Amino acid sequence: MSEVKQMVKELANQYGRSNESLLPILQGIVTKELHISEEAMIEVARELDMSAAQVYGTATFYSFLDTRPTGKYVIRVCKTITCMMHGKNQIIRELENLLKIRLGETTHDGVFTLLETNCLGQCHKGPAMLINELPFTELTPEKVRKIIIEYRNREISAN
Amino acid sequence: MSKKNLKRLDLIFKNEFDTEAILAKTLVRSHDEIINDLISSGLKGRGGAGFPTGLKWKLTADNPGDEKYVICNADEGEPGTFKDREILSSVPHKVLAGMAVCAKIIGAKKGFIYLRGEYKFLVPELNKILDEFHALLDKLDLAFRVAIFLGSGAYICGEESALFESMEGKRGEPRNKPPFPAQKGYKNMPTVINNVETLAHTYSIFKYGPEKFRDLGVKDSRGSKVFSVSGDTPIPGIYELEFGMTLQKFVDDFGDGDAKAVQVGGASGFCVPRKKFSKTVIGYQGKLTGVSLPTGGSMMIFNSSRSMYNVLHNYLDFFVEESCGQCTPCRVGTQQLLLGVEAVKKGEKPSSYLDKLLDLAETMRITAKCGLGQSVANSFSSIVENFREEMIY
Repeated sequence: MSEVKQMVKELANQYGRSNESLLPILQGIVTKELHISEEAMIEVARELDMSAAQVYGTATFYSFLDTRPTGKYVIRVCKTITCMMHGKNQIIRELENLLKIRLGETTHDGVFTLLETNCLGQCHKGPAMLINELPFTELTPEKVRKIIIEYRNREISAN
Repeated sequence: MSKKNLKRLDLIFKNEFDTEAILAKTLVRSHDEIINDLISSGLKGRGGAGFPTGLKWKLTADNPGDEKYVICNADEGEPGTFKDREILSSVPHKVLAGMAVCAKIIGAKKGFIYLRGEYKFLVPELNKILDEFHALLDKLDLAFRVAIFLGSGAYICGEESALFESMEGKRGEPRNKPPFPAQKGYKNMPTVINNVETLAHTYSIFKYGPEKFRDLGVKDSRGSKVFSVSGDTPIPGIYELEFGMTLQKFVDDFGDGDAKAVQVGGASGFCVPRKKFSKTVIGYQGKLTGVSLPTGGSMMIFNSSRSMYNVLHNYLDFFVEESCGQCTPCRVGTQQLLLGVEAVKKGEKPSSYLDKLLDLAETMRITAKCGLGQSVANSFSSIVENFREEMIY
């Protein structure tokens, strides 16, 4: 059994095989694999006995379900109104400089992906961003530098 | 800054540690009594649409169904809103107690909290609280379980029927209405879906009775409301205030002294310019500006350094991305509005083109399938009409 097949089977065992299990399973794949590959979508369709088109339709609808490869840490900077007013462009410029990538790209070592996202619900503490699911608020360029250094150090000690 | 003249309330966030007593007291009352209390309290949905909560529960209780569901809508995606996150982190037991009483009345065994993906970091703590709460329900002999269903970053899923679709494993595309959730909701079964804040308010009503709630607010807007205040304010944050204040008083309290506009109700709400502050009342029944329309409590203040063109551009950008794409008026309309204001700003189109865009927005209000497409006109028209020069020059 291929790895993907095994993973999808385990997720289906955990969440069930009904239509209602689809979103939790897709979220589980993103947690494990960082993105949902076509192979995984086909496998989910087989496991849940639905069309691959339905799985594709659902997977591509939600902005947090990445269907293209991403880095280990996905940084999503809020670009909605109050974060924009409080300097999210500066934060993005700082991140681009630190990571040496442009918005939408992944670092060559596959550790960070930099994206923009819509309102994170942290408007009173903008600018805000998520790194995977963790929120960081009241960002300044210095604060962003510290956060990225911390994540990088964690990567180094993990390897 | 002027003196603080608005009364701050502390109903929702007061932590009283008496969930067990309140639930035990409420669960033995007759269903009609509880529903009558909710109706007479005047509580209306706090997500924005303002449907009377007691009536919603009653309708769902009266509709037949093999299974019924209670869903707490925590897909708080409206720009400028963050109160539900705070309620769920500081007083989740009030929300859960509201769900439990609702479950007993309508006959539901299962409930869900649909939590937006952006709030995934709340899940570990919420699961702990759910375990404790389930133990309490066992003690009180109520067969009801609540699970968390996590969203994945789609604003439209806050629309109740899109939320059901999403839970059923589909794209979050709104359904036609009717049927309403009270008739056919999640899995086509009668479903009560309430906003986080609404459920927390029911708890206060169970505890203090409907009169105390009714005493707050004005006319058809009863009780307190949790406001999310952001933008150009020295004191951004979450505030519980009484309905019925004028926007002028609000700005006196929360503005930085230079407020030129307030966006009431987020990107899908209305932009009120300075000259209308004193005539605008916050509540469901304001006539002058449209604040009578949905407000989930988002209050964004803009001072005179802000370009309202940039504000509108940001909203339109948001709507273009978050439109589910199902119906043409919204999918194409949002894109054309964005292209249109850009063209006018660059001088590629004459300023009179703005009138055509206003017509388009109005057409979207009439023809779009759900609240998202219909409400784009709220912010678009109120900004273009009140700040026309800023759109052109």
